[in-house]
Amino acid sequence: MNATPILALQDASHRYHGGGLSLDGVSLAIAAGESVGLVGESGAGKTTALRLLLGLDAPTSGAVLFDGVPLNRRDAAQIRRFRSSVQTVFQDPYSSLDPRQRIDRIVSEPLRSLGIARGRDAAVQAASALESVGLDADVLARYPHEFSGGQRQRIAIARAIVCKPRLLLADEPVSALDMSTRIQVIELLRELRERTGLALVMVSHDLGAVAALCERTVVLRSGRVVEAGTTRQLLHAPAEEYTSALIAAVPRLPR
Amino acid sequence: MSLLEIDELTIRARAADADAAPLVNALSFSLERGARLGLIGESGSGKSLTSLAVTGLLPTSLTASGHITLDGVSVVGADDKTLRPLRGPVASIVFQEPLTALDPLMRIGKQLAEPIRRHQGLRGAAVAEAVRASLAEVALPDLDRIARSYPHEISGGQRQRVAIAIALASRPALLIADEPTTALDVTVQAEVLRLLDRLVAEREMALLFISHDLAVVSSLVEEVVVLSAGVAVERGPVAQVLSAPQHEYTARLVASARALDDALELS
Amino acid sequence: MTVVTTTDAVATLPPRRRTRRRSVTLIIGIAFVGLVVATALLSLVWLPYEPSDTSGGRLEAPSWEHWLGTDKLGRDLMTQLMIGARIAIAVGVGAVTVGAVIGITIGLIAAFAKPWLDDTISATLDVLIAFPVLLLAMLIVAAQGSSLGTAILAIGIALSAVVARLTRILATQVLRAQYVTAARTSGTRWPGIIAQHVMPNIWPTLSVNLALQFGAAVLAEASLSYLGLGAPPPNASWGRMLQEAQSTFTTSPVGALAPGIALVILVVGINFIADGLRELADPTRKHSR
Repeated sequence: MNATPILALQDASHRYHGGGLSLDGVSLAIAAGESVGLVGESGAGKTTALRLLLGLDAPTSGAVLFDGVPLNRRDAAQIRRFRSSVQTVFQDPYSSLDPRQRIDRIVSEPLRSLGIARGRDAAVQAASALESVGLDADVLARYPHEFSGGQRQRIAIARAIVCKPRLLLADEPVSALDMSTRIQVIELLRELRERTGLALVMVSHDLGAVAALCERTVVLRSGRVVEAGTTRQLLHAPAEEYTSALIAAVPRLPR
Repeated sequence: MSLLEIDELTIRARAADADAAPLVNALSFSLERGARLGLIGESGSGKSLTSLAVTGLLPTSLTASGHITLDGVSVVGADDKTLRPLRGPVASIVFQEPLTALDPLMRIGKQLAEPIRRHQGLRGAAVAEAVRASLAEVALPDLDRIARSYPHEISGGQRQRVAIAIALASRPALLIADEPTTALDVTVQAEVLRLLDRLVAEREMALLFISHDLAVVSSLVEEVVVLSAGVAVERGPVAQVLSAPQHEYTARLVASARALDDALELS
Repeated sequence: MTVVTTTDAVATLPPRRRTRRRSVTLIIGIAFVGLVVATALLSLVWLPYEPSDTSGGRLEAPSWEHWLGTDKLGRDLMTQLMIGARIAIAVGVGAVTVGAVIGITIGLIAAFAKPWLDDTISATLDVLIAFPVLLLAMLIVAAQGSSLGTAILAIGIALSAVVARLTRILATQVLRAQYVTAARTSGTRWPGIIAQHVMPNIWPTLSVNLALQFGAAVLAEASLSYLGLGAPPPNASWGRMLQEAQSTFTTSPVGALAPGIALVILVVGINFIADGLRELADPTRKHSR
C-alpha cells in the first residue's frame, strides 16, 4: 500500500458542543480499490467519523486528508474534486431521495452540481448509471414514492456512481432494507467494486454485511479504535476482548 | 384446548375498498401452553397487526374477522370488559421501542408497581419488595437507582429489560414479543435474547416471537410461520424451514440470511 | 457465492390514479374568486360610468340606468363596485407578494442561521405576529401617509411575519432531511439546495398559507379604507364604499350591502380555494411504501 490513500483520518478527534468527545484520535486510511468496514455499536463514533470523512464537519483536532492533502472546506476547487471522487450512499432509502424530484434529476444532480455534464449529456449518463444498478431507463420519469426500499437504494447507488467516483462511502446501506433484499444490494455493491475498482468504506453495525463486502475492518468503541486489521483475521483471531464479544453476539443460523 | 387459536383471521382497513387486499389474509395457527412459535415477516407482512389482534388492541381504523380464541375466550368482536382480564394475566406484549412503550413522565419503579399491584394483589411495602424482585429477575444492576429513574435516564437495553419486567409482572401464560431486540445494539440484543429464553423457560410460558430476523428467531423458537403480505406462506419446524423452504418467498429470505451468515463463516 | 438474480422489477405503474374528489367547495371557491377577478379585469376596459361622474340623482335605488343605484354624491355604485374589485385584487396580489418576498427571505435566513441569530429572529417574529395585522398596517400608513401603494406595502409587511415563521419551520425540517445531506455530498451548494430542494418541498404548504393571507390582505385593506387610511377617492375601494354608505344605511342599504357582499364572496372564495389546495398538497395521495 504505497500509493497515497484517497481518503484518510489522521489522529482525528471531534468534540461536540456539550463538551464530550465523540471521536478520539482515530486514524484510518483507504487507498484505491480497497474496502474497509467501520464497525461499532451506538455511541461508537461511526456517524461522526463518517461526517468527517464526508467533509460535512471539521475535526476539532487532527486532520482529514484527501489525496494526501488536508481537506479545506473553503477551497472550492478542492471540494469539487473531492465530491467528484468521493460519493455516498445513505442509510434510509425513504429519506435520502427528494420526494419532489423525478429520478432523472435525482440521479443527475452530482453531474450538474459539479459541472461535469448538463442537459442531454447528463440524462444519458444518468440512464447508464441506472442500468449499472439493474434498473430500466423508464425509471427516469418517475418519482421516489413509486418504488420499494430496495429499488430506492439502487437509485441512491446510481446517483452515487454517476460521476464515476473513486471511493464510495456507504452508511449502513442495507440496515433499513427488508431481509430478503439485503443480499441483493450487497451483491450489487460487490459487483460494482469488481467492475470499476471502486474503493469502499462501509459504516455498519451489521458484521455479516461488513464481512461480505470489506477486506479490512476497523472496530470503534466510545470514539476510539479498538482493533483494526483484515476482516478475516478479526473474525477468526480477534486480539481484543470487545471484538470477540461483538462477533459472538451476532445471531447465527443453526448450521 | 390450545392456549391461543387463530382461525381464518382477516384484518382490513375500515375505509378500504372491498376489493383491496386485506392486511392479514385468512391466517390460521395455534399455540399450545409452553410452546414457542416464531412469526417471521418483513415490513407490511401483517405480523405486528396479528399480535395486536390477539389481545384485542387493533386500532379502530381496522376491522378483524375470523376467530381468535385466547385461553378459551373469543377475542374478535369482544368488548373491552371481556378482554381486559385477558390482558396481563393471560397474555402480555413486549414491543420494539421501549422509549415509546414506557411512560416518559413516570419513574420506572412506579410504572412497575402498577401492574404488580393490580395482578399480584400486593399492597404497601410488599409492592416495593416485588418491584425490586422484578428488576432483579431481569438482571438489572443497581436496583434502587433504576427504580428511581425515568425511562430516558437509562440505556436502551435497560429499558427493554424493564419492559419485559412489566410484561411479566402479571404472570402471563403467553408472552408476545414483537421485534423486542431490533432497536438494540448487537451485544445488548444477545443479552436480552438470553434473558427472554431463560425467563420463558423458567416460568413455562408460551412465546409468540415476532421478527424479521431469521437468525434471531431460530435461536428461540421451535416452530415458525412465515408471513408475506398478510398471508402465511409457509410453516413448520425451524430446522426444516431453514434447510428446505417450500415457498419462493421463504427461499429468498433463507438464502439472504444464509449468505450473510456464510460471510461470517468464510475464510 | 451465488448471485441472487434481481427479481426487483421496475414498479409497473398503473396510470396515475387521479383520485381528486370533486370538491364542491373548491369549485365554489374558484367560481367566486373568478367572478371578482373577471369583474376587476373588465373594469380595466369598460365601466358603466366615469368614476367621478356625479350626474345621477343622490341615493337612487337600483334601476336600468344605475344597476345598483347611486351613492350620496350621485356616483354610480356599480362603477365603484367594479373599481373596488380591481383594488381588492391588486391589494391581495400586491400585499401577498410583498409579504412572501420579505417573509420567505427572513424565514430562510433564520433556518440557516446560527442558533443565537435564529432565536433573535424568532423572538422578533413572535412579537410582530402578536400585533394584529390591522394595527401594524395602521402604524405604517400613519407614518407614510395613505395611498394604495402604502396600504399594499403596510399590509405586506404585516403579513410577512407569519410567512417568515412558517417558512422557517418548514425550511428547518427540510434541511434536516437526508436528501439535503445527499445533495451536499453530490456537490450542490447552498443556493442550489434552496432552489432545487428546499423551495419545492416547502411550497405546497406555504402556498396554502399564502392563499389564506390573500383573504386577510383584502380584509385588512377594506378595514384601512373604512377607517379612512386606505386609498383616497376617487379610488373607491370596497372599504371606503362601506364607510361612505354607513350614514345612509337605513334608507339606502344597497350602498353598504353591495361592497359587503362582494367582500364576503371574495374572501370566502379564497378560503375555499385554500382548503382545496391543502387537500391536493396533503398526503391524501397514498404513497406506497
